[in-house]
Amino acid sequence: MSAAALLVGLLAAAGTFMLLRGTQLRLIIGFILLTHAVNVVLLSAGGLRWRAPAFAGGGPGRADPLPQAFALTAIVITFGITIYLLGLLVRTGRDAAGGGADPTDDDRADTRPGDGREQDEL
Amino acid sequence: MIGSLVVVPVVAPLATAAVLLAFARRRALRRVAGLVVSGVVLVAAVCLLILVRDGSVLVVRIGGWAPVVAIGFAADTFTALMLCAAALVVLVCLASAAATGQDGHPFFVPLALVLAAGANGALLTVDLFNLFVLIEVMLVPSYVLLALRGEARDMRASRVYVATNLLASTLLLTGVGLLYGVSGTVQLAELVGAGRESSPAALAGGLVLVALALKSAVVPVHAWLPRSYSDAPPVVVALFSGLLTKVGLYALIRVFAVVYGGAADYLWIIGVVALVSMVVGVLGAVGEHSMRRILSFHMVSQIGYVLLGLALFTEASLTAAIFYLVQYILVKAALFLSVAAVHADRGTDRLASLGGLAATRPILAMSFAGAALSLAGLPPFSGFLAKFLLIRAAVDSGAWLAVAVALGVSLLTLTSMLKIWGSVFWGPPGPAEPVALGEGARTWATASALTLAVVTLLLGLAAQQLLVLSGEAATGLTDPVEHPRVER
Repeated sequence: MSAAALLVGLLAAAGTFMLLRGTQLRLIIGFILLTHAVNVVLLSAGGLRWRAPAFAGGGPGRADPLPQAFALTAIVITFGITIYLLGLLVRTGRDAAGGGADPTDDDRADTRPGDGREQDEL
Repeated sequence: MIGSLVVVPVVAPLATAAVLLAFARRRALRRVAGLVVSGVVLVAAVCLLILVRDGSVLVVRIGGWAPVVAIGFAADTFTALMLCAAALVVLVCLASAAATGQDGHPFFVPLALVLAAGANGALLTVDLFNLFVLIEVMLVPSYVLLALRGEARDMRASRVYVATNLLASTLLLTGVGLLYGVSGTVQLAELVGAGRESSPAALAGGLVLVALALKSAVVPVHAWLPRSYSDAPPVVVALFSGLLTKVGLYALIRVFAVVYGGAADYLWIIGVVALVSMVVGVLGAVGEHSMRRILSFHMVSQIGYVLLGLALFTEASLTAAIFYLVQYILVKAALFLSVAAVHADRGTDRLASLGGLAATRPILAMSFAGAALSLAGLPPFSGFLAKFLLIRAAVDSGAWLAVAVALGVSLLTLTSMLKIWGSVFWGPPGPAEPVALGEGARTWATASALTLAVVTLLLGLAAQQLLVLSGEAATGLTDPVEHPRVER
């Protein structure tokens, strides 16, 4: 149990450190580490010592399936959002390389509210 | 039959969104389907509200699984009220998006529907883990909607937004995991009073509350909201303002009321956060120069008012908080839709570029004025009664500091609304030229803002019904066990 606690601490510390580094890729790596820490928390919430199958022929010491389902769901969600963040990173990287927009110019390209109005067939 | 009514607000938009993805080239179809399904959800929400108006609770377990593993939805008066407000906002926002042509992207309507499904699900869910999942279902489309135009500044706003919400979600998940570890359940019905009885559960629940506060943009974790909302397309901001932070706020109220049961040890923390949010939000708006930025700062300030009702934790103050929250969803969406109409008309929402719109667009000016006066809390609009109820509850509890802050902040809110009014609607015409846009589009964009402004006026004039419902909802919050639960 204490090994799990140490692992959570280590992952969370490393994740926080990466988050605070300030660049986009490190931010993403930081989030990946942090969510790993959370997954370990979720698993240990169900008790790590019970390892017998949850449903088939359970008996004493059977594992709690609920936290495992939580962790599985969380992994899927985090995976999707990580991919999205990486996509944003690639996109902004490309825009920055091509000159980019002036961050102080609030109204740039803002004068096209009907943007793409007629591009689809009706 | 009645059981399936509870599921409609989640399943109908989700299924429609999935089908619409196949029709990337059929814009009119997407538009009509989006409006129809939002209308269906609104009707379902109103039916639910009628069914649970006496304080009963409708519970549904999907697939008939055992309570621990089933996905459960429950509708009580508070949930049904929130569902009605959210459904109305979604419907009107989709109408405004269709009018101003912002729904051109093939994914716009499907994403907005998934967002609505997630928000409705988060309002209906009975367990904390599903709350996390459904909040994610709500947030993921919002990430994409924010960056849909693909411009560089959208990407920047999007990065702040995604990073903040990802951090909040991570915290929320940790809190839920820890809560499961210490109490063995994540079902809200079994967590009643857990935070009052055991300190580990209180600590774990605290983490959940911090995460929800981050999602609702409560000071001191509010800075992401003005930064990411101020650049997004105005209709998208209206949709977000009606759903995202409000769902966070709803969950915050629900979790605090159920898990902590108004434990007096923690009320002062919420009280401090509420007062600071009110003041910081309204002062932040002073130095801003675009309609969206000013209004986003006011969101922070108004969230403080709702939390003040929670912090006092009396029957009267909770009634006031719920009344406030429900009418505020509509008021804020009305304001942002007015911004959307101005933006559609002139292509900008910067105060310096606008002026004299009251002469050319009198009805738009009227709808903005109505919503703005409601936000500031002037009679006869719903905002007046909401603030009055809240301040009366504060007087009854002897919280004089809260009374003074609430009154002062209302005054500053009014000043801020007058600043927008003065530079956008009065005075000489600004340098921004009218955008080439059909007269029909202008009318519809204005009509969607006007609809919500009229609703807030009606809620102010005929407030009795909403007041009774809010009172019922508050009773449901304070004694969650007492209420008859109808299993379907």
